Amino acid sequence: MVNWIWLFFIAASVAVAAINGNMDAVTQAAFEGAKSGVTISFGLISIMVFWLGMMRIAEDAGLLKKLARMLGPLVRKLFPDIPHNHPAIGYIMSNLSANLFGLGNAATPMGIKAMQELQKLNPDQTTATPAMCTLLALNTSSITLVPTTLIAIRMNYGSANPAEIIGTTLAATFVATSAAIVADRWYRRKSPPMIPPQTNLTKPPSNISSSTPTTSGGGETLV
Amino acid sequence: MYDLFSNLSAWMIPAIIVFIPLYAALRRKVPVYETFVEGAKDGFGTAINIIPHLVGMMVAISMFRASGAMELMLSAVRPLFDWFGIPSEVLPLGILRPLTGAGSLAFTADLIQTYGPDSMIGRIASTIQGSTDTTLYVLTVYFGAIGIRRTKYALKVGLFSDLVGFLAAIFICLYIFG
Repeated sequence: MVNWIWLFFIAASVAVAAINGNMDAVTQAAFEGAKSGVTISFGLISIMVFWLGMMRIAEDAGLLKKLARMLGPLVRKLFPDIPHNHPAIGYIMSNLSANLFGLGNAATPMGIKAMQELQKLNPDQTTATPAMCTLLALNTSSITLVPTTLIAIRMNYGSANPAEIIGTTLAATFVATSAAIVADRWYRRKSPPMIPPQTNLTKPPSNISSSTPTTSGGGETLV
Repeated sequence: MYDLFSNLSAWMIPAIIVFIPLYAALRRKVPVYETFVEGAKDGFGTAINIIPHLVGMMVAISMFRASGAMELMLSAVRPLFDWFGIPSEVLPLGILRPLTGAGSLAFTADLIQTYGPDSMIGRIASTIQGSTDTTLYVLTVYFGAIGIRRTKYALKVGLFSDLVGFLAAIFICLYIFG
């Protein structure tokens, strides 16, 4: 689907530009887009380096395991295929809590780290697992308690009550997240299991959980 | 209420930053600085891995906006919005929000400036912007970092929840503030 959306954007852009006669602007936009892609990635470097360092301390101190145990039941419901006590759960929890409290720049590194942990459980390194799709769904609908940036903007433009959107935002976020979870469940049930002949879907296949290193993993290089 | 929350946010990061190493060093005797450096090493490579994915996406989105193709797509849906009595000024947000975080934030700020933060349009725009995240960005960055190429149904779920969140934001605002 990503392939088609990407192709559609580019093809539609050139077609519309040909009709509108603003091909120059489109060319310029293409290279500006490329530039901003690099700029964003570079901006991520400092954040990633810092938070992954912090999170390694938390992991070595056993804090992630604690967090995973505290909120484990909920996460196990959402991610039935992650083995118990797998480090991925701790990172998923950190990612979700960072989102919840609006710590956007901490949420991304923790989410990526959670994805890397999930990748260790993945039999096919290029295809997303159901757990990855669930984590993504939760992140794209972003459960945020307080939209701080927006409140600041509203204050800037002289709102009489900048925080009045907290309630509506929470309600809308709740609806969006519920929709994401329901849709994710639906597709998860519909899609064939990734490891062929396991009859019981609720139990993680034993051949995976046993072959997975549960230690802190270390610097896996991603190509 | 807002003061409480903004104070909470301001204290949250310093509290985390000091608590983690303090607990690790005092309770578990973890060599905190060395552990930090060891873990931090992974950050650089991960961020660099994302570049090709992000460049590809940003090029397509940037072209789509600049060519006027997005505007064309919007004009097709606009009559439907008018028919339901929804202010169609917020319509571009529905398409921008899943595609670009910075772009939709700029658009929201512009709507708030033009129509006022306490207008219905300003409130709806704020709610839309706050209630969902940039789906395409999250997908690109998270899957890009680990080299996932086949994304299965992840994008469909993300876009579906964006649509639901967009409509929910509009109707909730119309109901609460209407």
